[in-house]
Amino acid sequence: MSEDARIEEVAAKWKDVPGSLIMALHEVQEKLGYVPRETAMELAKEMHVPLARIYEVLTFYSFFKLTPPGKHKVQVCLGTACYLKGAAKLVEELKDQLKINEGETTEDGMFELELVRCVGCCGLAPVVVIGEKVYGNVEPAEIASILSEYEK
Amino acid sequence: MVNIKIDGIDLQVEEGKTILEAAKTLGIKIPTLCKHPDVKATAACGICVVKMAGSPKMLRACTTPVTAFEEGKEFITRDPELVDVRRTVLEMILSDHPNECFTCGRNQNCELQQLAAEFGIREIPFGQCPEDHSKDDISTGTIKLEPNKCIKCGRCVEICQEVQDVHALCFIGRGFGTQISPAGTDLKLGESPCVRCGQCSAHCPTGAISEFDNTPQAWNLLRDPDKHVTVQIAPAVRVALGEAFGLEPGVNLTKKIYTALRRLGFDAVFDTNFTADLTIMEEGSEFIQRLTKGTAPLPMITTCCPAWVDFMEKYACDVMDNFSTAKSPQEMMGALVKSYYCEQKNLDCKNVVNISIMPCTAKKYELQRSADMSTCGSGVDVDLVLTTRELARFIKQAGIDLLNLPDGEADSILGDYTGAGTIFGNTGGVMEAALRTAYELITGNKLENLDLEVVRGLEGVKEATIDVAGTAVRVAVASGLGNVEYVLEKIREWKAKGADPAQIPWHFIEVMACPGGCIAGGGQPYGVSDVLRRKRTEGLYTDDRECALRRSHENPMITKIYDEFLGAPLSEKSHKLLHTHYTCRPMYKR
Repeated sequence: MSEDARIEEVAAKWKDVPGSLIMALHEVQEKLGYVPRETAMELAKEMHVPLARIYEVLTFYSFFKLTPPGKHKVQVCLGTACYLKGAAKLVEELKDQLKINEGETTEDGMFELELVRCVGCCGLAPVVVIGEKVYGNVEPAEIASILSEYEK
Repeated sequence: MVNIKIDGIDLQVEEGKTILEAAKTLGIKIPTLCKHPDVKATAACGICVVKMAGSPKMLRACTTPVTAFEEGKEFITRDPELVDVRRTVLEMILSDHPNECFTCGRNQNCELQQLAAEFGIREIPFGQCPEDHSKDDISTGTIKLEPNKCIKCGRCVEICQEVQDVHALCFIGRGFGTQISPAGTDLKLGESPCVRCGQCSAHCPTGAISEFDNTPQAWNLLRDPDKHVTVQIAPAVRVALGEAFGLEPGVNLTKKIYTALRRLGFDAVFDTNFTADLTIMEEGSEFIQRLTKGTAPLPMITTCCPAWVDFMEKYACDVMDNFSTAKSPQEMMGALVKSYYCEQKNLDCKNVVNISIMPCTAKKYELQRSADMSTCGSGVDVDLVLTTRELARFIKQAGIDLLNLPDGEADSILGDYTGAGTIFGNTGGVMEAALRTAYELITGNKLENLDLEVVRGLEGVKEATIDVAGTAVRVAVASGLGNVEYVLEKIREWKAKGADPAQIPWHFIEVMACPGGCIAGGGQPYGVSDVLRRKRTEGLYTDDRECALRRSHENPMITKIYDEFLGAPLSEKSHKLLHTHYTCRPMYKR
């Protein structure tokens, strides 16, 4: 893997610093945009940390991604207002249409799905944000047409 | 010492002891669910809450140590509010737990069910969790993971990571969605470092991890009129089975088990202790050859434990040459049933079945570990493994009143054993048995004191030096896979420094994957702790002491099988039937 040298570098830097696994993972994600399984395995070997520990950290913090980021980040707000106005249904619809789970990226690399808490426009609840664009008062039936704006 | 009061009773407590431990000495049983004596307390479940007088705050007794600060303080472990809070904790756990006790492997043996009964839970006010088996994992073929039944207590993770150092299980995710899983998001246990030791299943408070139930297959084999069905029982089973019938740990039920097995319909009843004696002959002779003739590298490492063999094949290929080639007693018995026994009885081995009763979940895997386990040409030597827990169910299904059975005998010759064979079931036992024989075979003199205390006990690694006719033979005994790394590292260091024979750390090493050895195996009755380990172990040493013969080579039936069938230890025939090969199966860095 072409990243090998860089992973070794990251590992060498943090290996002897107690409690630094999370820093190493941050660096990996910064370089690659996510933490691929091969890299996690490489890191386990280089840093002498069990792979189990690495995955415990990776899956505990929502910051870390295990799949490559999509071209468009689809964020659904699950804050109180959005939740009460039916955001959970939007999540279901998005998962159905994109055929991915939270935190994953579609096979074609176009979309990734992220669940977030309040994005600060509760008056528009429920809210979906794609890239910089905010969609308010979204109904599940509108999801298909919203996504189609990005499919080229 | 700190002076405190618990529920109005004055008490002196050693500083650092927890409220839970202190209360226990007063006969106060604070309910616990995540706490287990084998693992450190994590305060995961919240049911052990107590109060300090004058403070409204609730403390978790399992993780609250008594320090100088607590001098003169009073703790309250029971009042209506505490009971109410504990009940709410239970109700919340149950709201995320499927209501399928009837069909669960832990029915009547479940710590959660037990507490629900004690707290008189009649309804679950927070709604009901659906039965969902979509994430069940049966990929190991030995233990079943049912994440839906997990209460996230963390015992299995702690055991797998800290005690066993296997790191097959970890927590994935966070909060409500947390799951116990191998290290990945879509990884099965069978693709992980799991060595199937089953310690997770022995420590799980619920049915989230349990052994495969193979009793239906056993019934089917017994029902088949074309099959001649034989059975073998392992050393450790006899001193633990009684617990499933209400007896104290350590009570030896060997002779009642023989009778029960006959009544179940087995055509012949054998004892794995016989092949434990045979293992000593093969493995002991192999050791002597390595020691005196240098036929293969030292140190030699025992291979009776299938979880350890699996571990080595995955993570310690570099010491493969140090592994004894002797099969485990279970597999030796299987091979002899399919060869010697069939020859004697004039039976076609294709119609002969051997079922083994083992304290171990990994034994289920051992059946298929290598092509060497197929003496008859078709099928495997041991056809089916039932753990001790399954045997208890099997006997109960058959309506056999185990405790009131008359004593029975095993079939000769594959059922005759010495005291050396029976102690194979506890840590240090294989080493002790081997030394009793090796000493005599090397020196020609009898070992005077047969009780080799130096290799006994529950310490993770025991080291000793035995004088064998002027040669200092250094031995190590490790139990609990977490203790193996120390042994392996020493060997690796020694090899790296040129493997000078004079500097060898040990000549002979015994390893058992489960802490305490097979008596505390992953398939034994629930409730394991060091107290229980000691009682079961004592049960085996008592059996040993009560045997007229306590050295494997003195077993007249061992002599007979060599005379009549095998020739001599390490003969060509012995090699073909009783020895095996290992394969490197590298696994991801755990």
